[in-house]
Amino acid sequence: MKYICLGYIQPGKFEGMTEDERHAVLDECFEHNDHLRANGHLVAEVPLQPPETALTLYWKNGKVATTDGPYAETKEQLGGIQILEARDLNHAIQLVSQLPGFKYGLGPIEIRPVADLNEMIKESEQRRRKNTAR
Amino acid sequence: MSEHSTAEIRELLDSLYRVDSGRILATLIRLLGDFDLAEEAMQEAFAAALSLWPRNGVPDNPRPWLISTARFKAIDTLRRRARFDASQDELARYLETQWNSAEESNEEASVEDDRLRLIFTCCHPSLPPEAYVALTLREVCGLTTEEIAKAFLITPRTLAQRIVRAKAKIRDTPIRYEVPSPQELPERLDAVLQVIYLVFNEGYSAAAGAGVTRAELTGEAIRLGRLLTELLPEPEVIGLLSLMLLQESRHAARTSPTGELILLENQDRSLWNREQIAEGVALVERALKSHRFGSYTLQAAIAAVHAEAESTAMTDWRQIVALYNQLVRIQPSPIVELNRAVAIAMRDGPEVGLALIDAVFAHGELANYYLAHSARADMCRRLGRTAEARSSYEKALALTQQEPERQFLQERIRQLK
Repeated sequence: MKYICLGYIQPGKFEGMTEDERHAVLDECFEHNDHLRANGHLVAEVPLQPPETALTLYWKNGKVATTDGPYAETKEQLGGIQILEARDLNHAIQLVSQLPGFKYGLGPIEIRPVADLNEMIKESEQRRRKNTAR
Repeated sequence: MSEHSTAEIRELLDSLYRVDSGRILATLIRLLGDFDLAEEAMQEAFAAALSLWPRNGVPDNPRPWLISTARFKAIDTLRRRARFDASQDELARYLETQWNSAEESNEEASVEDDRLRLIFTCCHPSLPPEAYVALTLREVCGLTTEEIAKAFLITPRTLAQRIVRAKAKIRDTPIRYEVPSPQELPERLDAVLQVIYLVFNEGYSAAAGAGVTRAELTGEAIRLGRLLTELLPEPEVIGLLSLMLLQESRHAARTSPTGELILLENQDRSLWNREQIAEGVALVERALKSHRFGSYTLQAAIAAVHAEAESTAMTDWRQIVALYNQLVRIQPSPIVELNRAVAIAMRDGPEVGLALIDAVFAHGELANYYLAHSARADMCRRLGRTAEARSSYEKALALTQQEPERQFLQERIRQLK
């Protein structure tokens, strides 16, 4: 089973650390990821640039509208995503519990099972085939 | 060592996991002294096997290979953590020296005990009872959180949190990893047997239409019963296994192709599984010979009398009543009283049965139990008291949610008109 882990970061938490602490967190994180990868648990990881770089698009009156950032006042911001391969939900929880960034209290992590859309895609393909056959 | 493709290895590992993960985990928990570390190490050992075995061949003894690989993985994990947390290094060193000295004394007997330790830990009285089933099915039987959740019709995240909390409790209490002392054993064993029978009934009562997964629970419960019979052949353990096998032997006969429930008296007995009956009967005889049996053995003995009868009419109701008389003595409950009343009705006629059922109702405990109303309705029907019969069937119908049962009761009401 694949699980997506959304890692949230409390703004300023990492920046508030001393240089030594920051190095320690980073070293431990990267080493931990190597370990996860070597054991086939880390399918993919996507670190994100800080929320200040974000741009949100809206569909408004048939046109694209844009605003800066995600939500201005949220406490924690999405910092990165990992896709884990785990035996089941409790195994995924166990893997996430060991993430160094998490243990250093950088922020909470949300786990969600990856959805299987194969059935929906198959049905959609059938609908589309029918439509073109007409 | 022999050559295999990755796909073959994956299949082999899947079946190894289903059969042996409980055993491997049980030993690792003892060796490592930590549930989570043991589980993580086991997962890593299986992952290592998947990448190494296609290249290097499958070891002649996969289980010891997996256990020793998991040990090294655990040491690695602790070493890695030690680079950032010095206390882990001490632990890693301690485990290594301990293993070197324990290597020789690690005989098969203590490995078998590990599985008992694991079962008793999963059903430990310090844990909340709702965690027993989840932990037992996941840690002992190797089912995934998602599979268990699906079978018990709850969300995976509810079940996952239950498991997380239970494991934290095991670690923080801490719950010792051991088989209970002889003094504690009867009570502790009773909790384990209850868990196994609950798993069985969850699958058994699901009947048709509720999906395959729930039906698999009966198979899982029987597997647990066999394991426990092998590890700890106490009379009641054997009695429970016998009871489950004898109930399961009627599986094919108890629902119609359209999913309606078929009562024992109307079942096509040629559909009963003779192999399971033979095994169940042999087991219950073994348990009865001990003269230290309890309620599971008596229930199995009752099921065995039914299993050996050619029809309802040919059933030895005198013996069944005698067994219920014993059961009422050691485990008095309104439900046992009700079943005894039904058996007496079969022996002495519905009038006697109805009087007994009404006496049970008079205690007031069975007012919300649909089977009690259904049994009463049945007595009235056989006595020709149609209006009373209908009213009792209707009460029963109002009290059950299960579709096969509802269909059965509706059919009975229709027949009365």
